[in-house]
Amino acid sequence: MRTRVFLLVLIAVAAVVFFAARLVSNDYVFFAGYTVLQFVVLATAWNILGGYTGYVNFGSAAFFALGAYATVFLHKLYPLPIPLLIVTGGIVSGIVGFGMGYLTLRLRGAFFAIATLALAIVLQTLVVNWDYVGGSRGAYIIRPNEIAFIGPYIQYLFLLMLALAVIALTIARGIERSQLGYGFATIRDDELAAEASGVPTLRLKLVATTMSGALMGMAGAPFPYYIGYLQPSSAFALDYAVNSIAMPMIGGTTSWVGPLIGAILLGSLQQIATVTISSAVNLLIVGLLLVAFVVIAPNGIVGLVQGWTRGRTK
Amino acid sequence: MGEQVGLSFDLLVNALIAGILLGGFYTAVTIGVSISFGILDIVNIAHPAFIILGSYIAYIVNARLGLDPIATSVVMLPAFYVLGAGIYQVYYESFERRGQEALRGLSFFFGLLFVTEVMLILVFGVDYRYVEAPYIGPSWRIGVVDLPLRMLVPCIAALAMFAALELYLSYTFIGRAISAVAQDQLALRLMGASPIRIKRIAFGISIATAAVAGALLIIIQPVEPSVGREYIGRVFAICVLGGLGSLPGTVIGAMLLGIIESFTATFYGPSWAPAVAFGVLLLTLAFRPAGLLGR
Repeated sequence: MRTRVFLLVLIAVAAVVFFAARLVSNDYVFFAGYTVLQFVVLATAWNILGGYTGYVNFGSAAFFALGAYATVFLHKLYPLPIPLLIVTGGIVSGIVGFGMGYLTLRLRGAFFAIATLALAIVLQTLVVNWDYVGGSRGAYIIRPNEIAFIGPYIQYLFLLMLALAVIALTIARGIERSQLGYGFATIRDDELAAEASGVPTLRLKLVATTMSGALMGMAGAPFPYYIGYLQPSSAFALDYAVNSIAMPMIGGTTSWVGPLIGAILLGSLQQIATVTISSAVNLLIVGLLLVAFVVIAPNGIVGLVQGWTRGRTK
Repeated sequence: MGEQVGLSFDLLVNALIAGILLGGFYTAVTIGVSISFGILDIVNIAHPAFIILGSYIAYIVNARLGLDPIATSVVMLPAFYVLGAGIYQVYYESFERRGQEALRGLSFFFGLLFVTEVMLILVFGVDYRYVEAPYIGPSWRIGVVDLPLRMLVPCIAALAMFAALELYLSYTFIGRAISAVAQDQLALRLMGASPIRIKRIAFGISIATAAVAGALLIIIQPVEPSVGREYIGRVFAICVLGGLGSLPGTVIGAMLLGIIESFTATFYGPSWAPAVAFGVLLLTLAFRPAGLLGR
């Protein structure tokens, strides 16, 4: 399937999802759906770097929070429409992703992973000490109730996140089938051999970190409008880091389908578990599933299904 | 004027001493990672979670039986060793043997970190816990220098643990084999030692140090389950700063970071301290990735 056709199909699916959600006519569907879609974007963004090139980013929360705080910062200067805020959030997180990659990617992969882990803590320290964006007290963003043409504001946010998910999935699938994707795969399989055969590994890795960081920032940009009151602890929550790793790992990291399946399954499961049990228990479930899947099913659900169909055709 | 200069000199000396004491404690926190990451090449980012586990065990025993936290941690050493050896076995079977340690191995340890933290939250809640011991509270005063025993005792205990490990690695057969495993696994096999067994022992030792580090942590400060996260950046910053695989380098790196953090806290305010370690880590990676005493 050509990328353009794929994009049209995704848009059609997204339209069906949106109008189906409107038929239910219950705002909770949009609130829960927004969170699940946000995880689709985060998991897909993580997978562009983690799944395709094999470099682990533990700092998803940092990139996400950068996007969210870029919104808070601009909102205080001058209220801009959200699509513009999404673009700025993407630019800020993309630049930070590029900088982190430039400093650490020339070394062994582990250093990059460790640096991203520490990045979240440092950015949180900066935000806590920065009074302009609310400091440790947090910042209020007043959300209008309605918006023209669409109606309730939460439906507008939902629609934006749906569009972001479509964009993220199209980019991920586009990469897989392009030269860029083959370049990424050579890095994942044997970086030394790739380097020796003339693959510009550092440049490719920088492209991956920048794209992945930018998409995470874009996912974070509408978040202050969604939550209404942004605290450092909610923007930098470990949930984002864990989920954006667990979802691709459980779904399968080799193609765009994996993060999508993982995000929809785990995201919905957590929405249900948060309501019925408690949020600590549901994080424990995510952690245990992550450990279980990397040990038992290294290629995730996609790998299990592939193994199963291959077994049947034999 | 003279009065003011004297005052800031006092402040300087005390910040320096506080930094050295803190650095001693950081040695205990880092030395396990120095073995696992530096020597064995296993990126155990879950190490701080095991340290917090050690803290909670010291807390339970102290609250129920009134036993000294450091004594408790020494008793717990074998249990943590077995835990470490078990984790290595899973890690080896699932990732190292298949050559998948980069992506999945890291995620595995990240999952362990997370599961340990959430389990502690579920059992103990997010309240801060602390221990009681005769050396928490009083402090010695030598001239203008203030020596709080709460910091001095962990520093001495940590340096004792470092000395014991350094002697073990330098003078015993298994200790030397552990150092050799990083350099040449084939040669090690020819000497009649199984690299897997040696690595299992070494990883067990590295987790065992977390029991002691955890007890020292809860002596220094009250502990809640997510405190461990602050130590991830510190531990790896120290490891890289000192030079991977070098235990004396770890002590120097720990002391340096302790001093820098103590000065930052004294002159800029403690809320900036968590950012210091990361700054040190990034600068080291950018300018001298081999560290101070790296191979």
